[in-house]
Amino acid sequence: MTEINRRSLMTGAAATAAFGALPAWQARAQAANTVRIGVLNDQSGLYRDVNGPGSVACVRQAIQDSGVVARGVNVEVVVGDHQNRPDVGATLTRQWIDRDNVDVILDVPTSSVALAVNTIVRERNKIFLNSSAATSDLTGAQCSPNTIHWTYDTFMLAKSTGGALVRAGGDTWFFLTADYAFGHALERDTGNFVRAAGGRVVGAVRTPFPGTDFSGFLVQAQASRAKVIGLANAGGDTINSIKQAAEFGLTRRGTKLAALLMFISDVHSLGLETAQGLVCTETFYWDLNDRTRAFTRRVLPNMPGGSLRPGMGQAGCYSAVMHYLKTVAEMGVPAARASGVETVNRMKAAPTDDDAMGQGRIRPDGRRIQPSYLFEVKSPRESRGPWDYYKLLQTTPAEEAFRPIAEGGCAFLRT
Amino acid sequence: MEEIFGIPTPLLFGQLLLGLINGAFYALLSLGLAVIFGMLNVINFTHGAQFMMGAFVAWMLLNYLGIGYWGALILAPLIVGFTGVILERTMIARLYKLDHLYGLLLTFGVGLIIEGLFRNEFGSSGLPYRIPPELAGAWDLGFMFMPIYRGWVVVVAIVMCLATWLVIEKTKIGSYLRAATENPALVQAFGINVPRMMTLTYGAGVALAAFAGVLAAPIYSVNPQMGSNLIIIVFAVVVIGGMGSILGSVITGFGLGVVEGLTKVFYPEASSTVIFVVMAIVLLARPAGLFGRS
Repeated sequence: MTEINRRSLMTGAAATAAFGALPAWQARAQAANTVRIGVLNDQSGLYRDVNGPGSVACVRQAIQDSGVVARGVNVEVVVGDHQNRPDVGATLTRQWIDRDNVDVILDVPTSSVALAVNTIVRERNKIFLNSSAATSDLTGAQCSPNTIHWTYDTFMLAKSTGGALVRAGGDTWFFLTADYAFGHALERDTGNFVRAAGGRVVGAVRTPFPGTDFSGFLVQAQASRAKVIGLANAGGDTINSIKQAAEFGLTRRGTKLAALLMFISDVHSLGLETAQGLVCTETFYWDLNDRTRAFTRRVLPNMPGGSLRPGMGQAGCYSAVMHYLKTVAEMGVPAARASGVETVNRMKAAPTDDDAMGQGRIRPDGRRIQPSYLFEVKSPRESRGPWDYYKLLQTTPAEEAFRPIAEGGCAFLRT
Repeated sequence: MEEIFGIPTPLLFGQLLLGLINGAFYALLSLGLAVIFGMLNVINFTHGAQFMMGAFVAWMLLNYLGIGYWGALILAPLIVGFTGVILERTMIARLYKLDHLYGLLLTFGVGLIIEGLFRNEFGSSGLPYRIPPELAGAWDLGFMFMPIYRGWVVVVAIVMCLATWLVIEKTKIGSYLRAATENPALVQAFGINVPRMMTLTYGAGVALAAFAGVLAAPIYSVNPQMGSNLIIIVFAVVVIGGMGSILGSVITGFGLGVVEGLTKVFYPEASSTVIFVVMAIVLLARPAGLFGRS
């Protein structure tokens, strides 16, 4: 992944060399007007389809749509693969900031990696726009004035999906939890909702991440006689859990599955036959309204395979870059690069608005809020075309969708 | 309800059975590895990718040519086995005279390339593949609900392991193979085409991996990293069983599946590491593995 990074920078260097014919003052002006965005995500593992190259395509689309290049702002994108390992993510972040002058670290799925990056970016006073990690600790116990958590979090997922299932009568829960920061946070947040609504958590099992065979854990869940099995996992783990739950007949005999974090690419992978009837929560769906459809039409040719529909993590990257570049254009590049905290504060001061994620705003604790959508996966008969997978069940307004600031315990707000 | 060590007995039986089923996959995969190592002295790190190719070829046969599960069970191993033959002829055959390490590095690299190519083409989320209608449904065993398909996997795996063992230990071709491993020059002197035999052995080992891949397609997500998730465990199985020992890898495969299944009840967090703990202990006590000849 260092190679990708180096290669991208060398391309940039070659481009700069091509400008060598320019007078020296003009070349300096070009360098002074450059912001660098580092897209750090999983390019080769189980989260590749939910972020990976799709996020990069969305970032490039945002740069194009923002129109800042015409206004003299030069934007460079570097891409890195953190392989879902905190040590790799931390090393790349340090290298990008210390050596390569990267201003913004973007995307960063996998909560354990995101929390590591969060600390480094704060130390160096740069900007962390997190779109794809889920842990609500990013705006809670580990909140940072340099970080904006853009797209979703464990609290919002728990409230929307968990709340809906408890209301539908699912009052006893058993969790299959991916054994790392994200899974723990999702289990904790969902468990709190279940208990608050009068339900009970009858058990939980921590599954090694990533896993292949979940049948042993599913049988334990079944033995607990819980009405709902909460899947506090993501990507390939969720796909395997759902596939094997269907195989073991759990759903046929009345046990409900709560896919607490499921992306549209997961549904595509499962096929509607297996996934139909599942509910999930997202903040973006490509077919939600005219603006999301227009955004999808623009970005689709550059998505992997030219057919993968963007998911909420990727759409969040587009939205975050649009807002960041708007702020940069207003502040001017030197001012925007000088202090991460100052730029983030300016971003918090203005509402966000773009085709992918619609309108939203960023709270003082760094949580961007917008409505969340509870979807049900269509049956094969209901689906009218490729990727026509969701029907909207319920919309939670922005102010109610996320954890109230006071409950997060964000430390820097108190100082 | 009766309990053993605080765990309800039905749950324990369920886990034993599930462990046995996972063990079937370990056994099938490690069998291919053991055949290749035992006969060719090559540590085939491409095995995981070839397992994955088996599952993907099954998906392609269904979606591009309309050939279902049963056809795929025969065709996919043949197709993937043939790619193995090409790989052996063009690359691996050149490394027989060198240290094991070269074969390991080559096959590891080829595995990564194959995985990368599939990831580029099909993404990482995977593709849907359904259980054939004849094997859908489940039996209620009283203590658990047993999908018919999983029962089928165990039976087929056992038959396949037995057949492979019989071919190598009890037939004439098997005896040639074993002789060629000991002294290829002498066997060649008797007029037997040893290089071709090596090629076909590699192809057969690869076909076994692809066969396991087709068996896995309906129950695991068919994605490019499905092999790399399994291959490290399978290598541990081969090492514990004794490198190159066919019987050892089969028995160890099933045994470790059960050990892993039980760990899922008593200490789930450790279920992905328990096999490596066993490996460390076995290597300390018997460096050649449980069934290996030192």
